[in-house]
Formats: sequence, structure tokens, C-alpha cells
Amino acid sequence: MATIISNRRVAEGIYVMHAEGQFGAKMGQFFMVRGWDGYPLLSRPLSVYDQNEYGVKFLYKTAGEGTRMLSRMTAGDDVTLLGPLGNGFPRAQGRTALVGGGIGIAPLYYTARHLEQADLYLGFSEKVYEEHEFEALGHKLEIDLGGRVLDRVDFDAYDTIFVCGPEPMLRAVQIKSAMSSGRADVYVSLENRMACGIGACLVCSVGCESGRKKACTDGPVFRAEEVVLA
Amino acid sequence: MIESTLDTSCRIGPVTFKNPLIMASGTFGFGKEYGNLYDLSKLGGISGKGITLHPRPGNPGIRVYETPSGMLNSVGLENPGIVSFLADECAFWEKLDTVRIVNLGGGTVQDYVEGAAMIDEDSRIREREGRKAVDMIELNISCPNVKAGGMAYGIKTCVAREVVREVRDATRLPLMVKLSPNAEDIADMAQMCEEEEAEAVSLINTLSGMKIDVRRRRSVFENLYAGLSGPAVKPIALRMVHQVCKRVHIPVVGMGGISSSEDIIEFIMAGARAVQVGTYNFVNWHAGAELAEGVERFMVAEGIRSLDEIRGIL
Repeated sequence: MATIISNRRVAEGIYVMHAEGQFGAKMGQFFMVRGWDGYPLLSRPLSVYDQNEYGVKFLYKTAGEGTRMLSRMTAGDDVTLLGPLGNGFPRAQGRTALVGGGIGIAPLYYTARHLEQADLYLGFSEKVYEEHEFEALGHKLEIDLGGRVLDRVDFDAYDTIFVCGPEPMLRAVQIKSAMSSGRADVYVSLENRMACGIGACLVCSVGCESGRKKACTDGPVFRAEEVVLA
Repeated sequence: MIESTLDTSCRIGPVTFKNPLIMASGTFGFGKEYGNLYDLSKLGGISGKGITLHPRPGNPGIRVYETPSGMLNSVGLENPGIVSFLADECAFWEKLDTVRIVNLGGGTVQDYVEGAAMIDEDSRIREREGRKAVDMIELNISCPNVKAGGMAYGIKTCVAREVVREVRDATRLPLMVKLSPNAEDIADMAQMCEEEEAEAVSLINTLSGMKIDVRRRRSVFENLYAGLSGPAVKPIALRMVHQVCKRVHIPVVGMGGISSSEDIIEFIMAGARAVQVGTYNFVNWHAGAELAEGVERFMVAEGIRSLDEIRGIL
């Protein structure tokens, strides 16, 4: 159990929850989160938005019943957290770009905070949120409204690129990466549906060049060229 | 153990379980992941992720969809195959102080038979060397997510009989047959298993279900249908377990939506020898340890010394 320090709405349907506890999460890892007993049945996988001496933060979007219930919780309420889980982002080498689409920007904040140099590209389809927080990190920041954030990223200008976003965006990343000079190591963080979160149930299975892998324990971060997207 | 005079143990054939709690196949991997969260020796047993003779990649596309008080899954028996299981997982299993059940799936009858024979042979070698890793086979003739074979065998008793008979001949390991609620007559199916000398039956596997994405105008699942589990199916499971217990004399292992120690007691009262817990492992990562304690607490509160006192009282 972790006590909620704050849970604030930052845009329509977008929230930041801060939950108490020391977890030692690494950049790109996630937690299985539930704020209820029996219903909904499954916990929700939420990636680490930030972490400080008080606790861990999640930036999340209300999508279904579970995230809606989370959004209605307030300071002092308890959430159950299992984690940190997953592999997280690897060590970034050389010039680095962090590219997020929509709620996929969530794992990039804590990641950016830990990198000396990183150019941030945040894409939103309808509304921009948390831009001031990202701005305050002091990195180069480009914000795109309208779903074409990838057009702003020159893959050949980087050694490492981390991407998190919806699946069509990840498919575009694969194409762009394949057409580039190959200078950059490109990694994508997947947002698959999960049940157990710990590698036992195989519902988050990902098709990879080397066979099936689990998004929860082998991922959620994979090399872009390794993943076979549907 | 809350009180040392409590007897939570139960037997299936020659196998003794320290308590009636078995973790259900497909929800518990081979136990390693949950073994990091609590001591697996608190469990009566574990039924491993379903394996088949050859490795299977499982189903493409979305594999899980949550429903009111339940979930649909379409994993499609993704597994590393028997050879890999025997080489990699048994090394972990041989150290476990709980009953270890291999869940065996298949496509053709021949697959099942070859698979059972391989497990049997490996198990004999291990037993001679004092490295026993498998105590029982759970024969899965009821996976709804596999097109060839799988549930095909789970529906018609006459078709299933052939599989059960041949597998029975292929192994001396205790055999438990996992039945589908989609069977034409689940009590008939159980009786057939008894006639073919299976040591036990377990039920229910998931109920075949469906979810349509109305915007995309297609099924959420590539395989069209998927298996429903969780609290939503419990009343049906309990009724079926009760019906089967009235029909057969071999032990019946009940499962379907168990989420509390009271749920377990209900299945025992309906006649189950032991129970399996599946989907609840996703709800509560410490389900096994907590439910085992919960059963003991119930026994103390109700003044029950052995589960035999309440088993099959309805």
C-alpha cells in the first residue's frame, strides 16, 4: 500500500498522481497500480513519470474504468503498487533524443532528468500538457501539435533515440529508422495490455525477430528493429 | 500454520497435497515469478503453464480484454515445448516443496501421447536419481484458444475418450483431466475420465466468450473467441463441480473465479477434493499465501479440524 500525496488533473482526462514510498525505480520502468479491491479485476500498468524523496509520480490518461477510478482518488487514499517492473531504458550513448507521443511522454520526464544531454520531442494530437515541467528540465524541447512530431526528428543526428507513443507512431519510427543511415540506436517503449505484470501470464507477449517476448519483463523497452508490430 | 491440530491436507491418487490450494495453469507461469513474492511451499500445488510437444508461438493480436468481474484471454498456449520445459523448468521444480503438476496440451492425439510419454520417461529417470520434479499430469483437453485440437477434444465425450485412454496408457504418473465448461455434458465427460482410469478431473477451464470492437467493427481477438475467467464464472463453475461430484467417485478439483477463502470453502462443500486459483493471481500477487491462511482461519473460526468434515455436504 502507498498513500497518495496528490492526484491532480493537468488537462482534460490527464492526471498526475504522486504516491508515497521509496522504490528506486530506473528510467523507463513501470508499476502495476490498483486503487480498489476486486473490481476492476486487473491492475493498470503505469510508467514512472518522476521519482523524488517523497515518492513516485505517474502521468496517466483516463481510458477505461480503472484509470477513471484512479483519477477520482485524492490525497490520503491508498493505492496498491507492485514494482518497479520491467527493464527500463538502457544507458544512453552519445547524442540522445527522447520522443514521446501523447501519454507516451510519461516515461520520458524521469529519463530526461537523468541524462546530461537529451533533446526532447513531444507530440500531441489535440492538446499540450506538462510542457512547463519538461521545459524546466533545461533540455532542448520541441513540441508538436497535430501528430507529426516524428517529422521534426532527424534520426541521423543522434546516437540514441528513445520513443514511447501509440502503435502507429512506433511503426513510423521503424520505417524512419530503417531509412536512416543507421547511426542511432533506436529503442521503443511498448504500452501493451497486461494482466500479471511479472512475466507469468503471457498476455502482453510481443512478437520479436528472435521469437515471442514479454512486454512486462523482457520489455517494455525493445530495440525498434527487433519488434514485429501488428 | 495457525493451529497445529488443523488438517488441511488432501490426496489425489498417491499424491498428498499439504492444503487444497493449487495455482491454476496459465496464470502462474512455472512458479518462478510468484516465488519471488512469497514462499511457494505454502501452496498445496502448482499447475504449470500449459505445454505442448512442440513449441507454440501462441496467438497474434490482443490477448486480454477485461470484462465486468472477469477477463477474456486468448494466449493460445504459447509455450516453449516439452523438451525445453524438461531441460529448463524442471531444474527449478525439483527444488520445490509443493506438488508439481505438468499441464499438457496438444494438437493431435499423437502429440498428446508423445508428450505424455516424454514426461513419463524423464520423470522415471529423475526419480531414480532422486531429482523428482513432476508429481502429476493435468491433461488439458479444453483450451478454447487453440484451433486444431484443444477444445475440439473438450466438447464431445467420445472424441475425448480416445485422448484420455491413449495418454493413460502412455504414463504411470497420476493423471488429472481438465474439463471444459463448453463440453456437451460435463458430468458425462467426467464419468468417461473415471472409466478410463484417470486419477482425477479438474474443472472448469474458461468459458468461450467474445468481445467486439464496435468502432473497428471486428472482434477484439484475432482468434474471434476467447476464454472467460474470473469471478463472473464462479457460480457456473460451482454448479458444474457440484454436478460432477454427484456423478463420479474420483477426486474433483474445482476452479473458476475463486477470489477468497470462502469461495474455496464453497467448492469444498460442493464436493471438491482440492481447488485451483487462476485469475485471482492477477488481482492479488500474494493470493496463494493469503488464501492458504484464509482457509485455516475459516477452519479455526468454524471449529473444523479437517476439510473432510465439510466436503461434499450438499
